[in-house]
Amino acid sequence: MDFDLTMVNWARAQFAFTAMYHWIFVPLTLGLSFLCAFFESIYVRTGSKEWKSITKFWMTLFGINFAIGVATGIILEFQFGTNWSNYSWIVGDIFGAPLAIEGLFAFFLEATFFAVMFFGWNRVSKKFHLFSTWMVAIGSNLSAVWILVANGWMQHPVGMAFNPETARFEMQNFFEVVFNPVAVSKFVHTSSSGFLFASLFVLTISCWYLIKGRHLQMARRSIIVASVFGLLSSSFVAFSGDESAYAVAQKQPMKLAAIEGLYKGEAKAGIVAAGILRSDKQPGDGQDPFLVKIKIPFMLSLLANRSFTSFVPGIDDLVYGNEEQGIESTASKITKGKTAVNDLAAFKQAQKENNLPKAALALARFKENQDYMGYGYLDAPEEAVPPVAIPYYAFHIMVALGTFFPVLFAAFLFYAIKNSLTRKSLKKYLLPLGLISGFLGLMAQESGWVVAEVGRQPWAIYGLLPVKASTTTLSAGNVQMTFFMFFVVFTLLLAAEISIMLKQISIGPEGGPLK
Amino acid sequence: MINLDYATLQQLWWIITSIVGALFLFLNLVQGGQTLLWQVAKTDLEKTLVITSLGRKWEMPFTTLVLFGGALFAAFPKFYATSFGGAYWVWMLILFSFIIQAVSYEYRKKPNNFLGSSVYELFLFINGSVGVLLIGAAIGTFYTGSNFTLDLYNSVTWDYTLWGVNLRGLEAAFSLFNLSLGIFLVFNARVLGAQYLLNSIDLSSTPDLESRLRKHTWNSFLIALPFLIYVVSSILFMKGFNVDDAGIVSLVSSKYLSNLLAMPHLLILLVIGILLVLYGVLLSTFKGSYKGIWFSGLGTIFVGLVVLCLPAFNNTAFYPSKLDLQSSLTIYNASSSHYTLTIMTYVAIGIPFVLGYVVYVWKLMDSKKLTKEDVTNEESY
Repeated sequence: MDFDLTMVNWARAQFAFTAMYHWIFVPLTLGLSFLCAFFESIYVRTGSKEWKSITKFWMTLFGINFAIGVATGIILEFQFGTNWSNYSWIVGDIFGAPLAIEGLFAFFLEATFFAVMFFGWNRVSKKFHLFSTWMVAIGSNLSAVWILVANGWMQHPVGMAFNPETARFEMQNFFEVVFNPVAVSKFVHTSSSGFLFASLFVLTISCWYLIKGRHLQMARRSIIVASVFGLLSSSFVAFSGDESAYAVAQKQPMKLAAIEGLYKGEAKAGIVAAGILRSDKQPGDGQDPFLVKIKIPFMLSLLANRSFTSFVPGIDDLVYGNEEQGIESTASKITKGKTAVNDLAAFKQAQKENNLPKAALALARFKENQDYMGYGYLDAPEEAVPPVAIPYYAFHIMVALGTFFPVLFAAFLFYAIKNSLTRKSLKKYLLPLGLISGFLGLMAQESGWVVAEVGRQPWAIYGLLPVKASTTTLSAGNVQMTFFMFFVVFTLLLAAEISIMLKQISIGPEGGPLK
Repeated sequence: MINLDYATLQQLWWIITSIVGALFLFLNLVQGGQTLLWQVAKTDLEKTLVITSLGRKWEMPFTTLVLFGGALFAAFPKFYATSFGGAYWVWMLILFSFIIQAVSYEYRKKPNNFLGSSVYELFLFINGSVGVLLIGAAIGTFYTGSNFTLDLYNSVTWDYTLWGVNLRGLEAAFSLFNLSLGIFLVFNARVLGAQYLLNSIDLSSTPDLESRLRKHTWNSFLIALPFLIYVVSSILFMKGFNVDDAGIVSLVSSKYLSNLLAMPHLLILLVIGILLVLYGVLLSTFKGSYKGIWFSGLGTIFVGLVVLCLPAFNNTAFYPSKLDLQSSLTIYNASSSHYTLTIMTYVAIGIPFVLGYVVYVWKLMDSKKLTKEDVTNEESY
């Protein structure tokens, strides 16, 4: 089979680029919407003007961020059709549903109540306004539910079967798709990490005020709410992160091996806490993949299989097979896959010629190997291995930062409650750390998606449909042009967003400084 | 329990999708309003009133477009794959015009907005003009056909070259019919935009704005009218893509006329729709009424429904290929499986609920007209 790899890679780049841009804004929307709802709830309960001012300040920043989140989001939905039309056809029967449900139940909730949130202060009652703010928060997070159901299904396709008549996958069980264990842990992990990131964002801006000696009261109050929210979210992030890793180990063993740099599988496997990969390492070359590493014994086996002594397969086992552990080699899967692809072609051709006995025969042969069909598009066993270094480093950055954040929240909460945030020693160490924490949060966010998406290469639908067989038949030039079109516009919009955001932060809450 | 047969579900889902599409055409009042900004608002106050009024609704057409795409993906994935992947450029440019719209309301008046407010206003204009025009051109291809072939695996190949370049869908805008439909939609959106603004703003302090809005309702209608007449008369006489009992697609004379006669309810809907638009325009222009939008709006929804349903029912291919007639898409060969359509029908039970709260909040927010005091009171875009 011939694939235009230049086009495939540009389409990949466009998806990666637009998704990563979109993800700068989305986690902030997920978390800041709830923080705004918290702030406003306190205002409605206490009736205090200061809390109203705090609410409105954070809402302004929320609105600026929300607009660009919407702008960068629309392209993602339609990109499946424009750049990945084979994908859209082959799995549209399953994949389209969550996107439609997202539009109907989440986006309208957000869009409708967003207008009330921003323009309803003098038009609706206090209570209805608060209700609207909560609805925006719920709507944003509902949209995350459905898009992660869709993504979770790509990572671990369930609830469907291949229909040779239509040559596509068709849904068999909607509830299996929705309650896919990968999707559930993904949603909890992603949305709670969004809450965490938004809390860091609040921390960053509040620290800036504290360092500048402005709006001290607002900064302190914001820090208290954000630290509590951040701490709670951190525990969810940790719990669901463990759950996600377990799901990856069970459903995507190659991804787990890649994020751990594990080439030779082992029982009682240790987890790499930190380490530097050898750059020229290839599967099956027998070299130690690490130049240096610190390993914690038994922990990978525990993480992957919930047992200290269990066997965790490495990349070499998965590519070249491991008879002892009953792991089939990728080469064997490819052979079966190619047979399946050919039998399907024979079936379609016989159908076209209206040769029914021949079609029945081809179909029967196809069914023997149909589970391997996706492998039939791969050319070499090594193609089944993702680019190890990228998910490996991304994973370790994410985990390290995720471990650090709760400590940071705890420290801020402690000093905020003691009302000693402006103490001189804190200004020197803690506040600057808080100031950069938002950027660290963003880094952790993007790293998480790099782990999820680069780690599952070369698959669009894990084990079933490789990325290169998912694209539109389109010359690379078209995709290049749209890539640069979006690159220029998104970058201009990002520059505008940052510039506006900085200005609003420097203006601060309306009604002058709060003492 | 929903226990409908496959064909009924396929028809039902085309109707649901068409309703969403028709609602989108009505909500294009926001896009129409965006193109009016220069002509109707001469002072800063007028401009702020217009932008703020539109800005409270901009997410509605945007979200409806996203839902339209999602519904097509879920219910007619083959159309989604064929059209978006095939007619690549027309869709990419439409999307592009919505991307630049999405930030413009929020960023236009904010200090340090990097591009300057006139650039954001230009973005709004592009969205309202080029965006809507191309949407019309894309819908026009339901009647005029496209240039694609599908292989045994339904993978789309597009072939229309001009000066050695494969235009990938952009050629849709070169057909007189498609272009006319696009221009009609642009000016109809302007009619709706002007009528909406008449309804939503308290114009007592800005009488000039009011008279300009009334004038532009009429002017835009006059421009839209000949294009509408051309589109409707073309539809009555043009050849259409018929599907026979064996599933063979062929070009048949006056196909859409015979569809209208075979489905008289669509004919009635079309006539009522056009009359409602006209009535609304007359109310807004000559009667000093502020309620014209509701009549023209409903009329637009009816006309939109007819435009989307006429080429899909009565054994017609709704997304025909000129290049290879047998690659043409019908609602029966392009749909999701029976199971998925059933599930989606359960989902669709939620539509009235969503529509309910959208209307409730819309009424709540618009029960008091937008005043000068509102926009000077920092609640503006």
